[in-house]
Amino acid sequence: MTSVAQRLEGPSPAAEVAMDMVKRGLVALPLGMMIGALFAGFNGAMSVAYGIALILINLILSALLLGWASRISFAAVASVALGGYVMRLALIFFAVWIVKDMSWVAMLPLGVTLIVTHLGLLVWELRHVSASMAHPGLKPKTPRTSSRPVAAGRR
Amino acid sequence: MSILASTAAQAVELAQELNPEEAKANAAASGAGMAYGLAAIGPGIGIGYLVGQAVQAMARQPESAGQVQTTMFLGIAFTEALALIGFVVFILLKFA
Repeated sequence: MTSVAQRLEGPSPAAEVAMDMVKRGLVALPLGMMIGALFAGFNGAMSVAYGIALILINLILSALLLGWASRISFAAVASVALGGYVMRLALIFFAVWIVKDMSWVAMLPLGVTLIVTHLGLLVWELRHVSASMAHPGLKPKTPRTSSRPVAAGRR
Repeated sequence: MSILASTAAQAVELAQELNPEEAKANAAASGAGMAYGLAAIGPGIGIGYLVGQAVQAMARQPESAGQVQTTMFLGIAFTEALALIGFVVFILLKFA
């Protein structure tokens, strides 16, 4: 009887990608704050910092949830991906709703930061992932595909 | 049809009672809610499809599961960007 993979073991590749993106986000943070300060002063800088923090937390949460689910089962990955999407959207909403009346929040810089950071980090990361896919020999140094499939019934 | 017509008539009556500022605020509130709600539908369908295909790929080819998961994670994040755009429209209409 052919054994069918049910779950993965080992470090999650999604978590590695997310940590990569967090590093890049932290590099972009001072630049983003300077741009925010240029357009909307202190409030702009603070709003940009808050927006970048929200996006990074969102990415980390997404990766951790997917990694955790993939160690349980593939079915859990599907549920967690969709449930996590709803949960993270709700979290972002509450995070913005909590600070909406605070004096240091400027909504336009915050909104623009949310979109630009999210897309910017993804495109930045995608270039590296694409390169590693096209030239698998060059990357990864540490085994990115170290997740091992585990057949049903094995512990 | 008659229910729709009567609702529309009631909405027109209500709008006539409101001053322009209130009417504008109400329109912005409904627009914001619709932007957020509608913008979340597409990515929801997209993520469901994407994850379904990725799980199928991982089950069929477990040896490439790591690469599939990386692609899935990035795909989810890209799809989520659409919902984020809807959310930003919402906060700009509602809170700005």
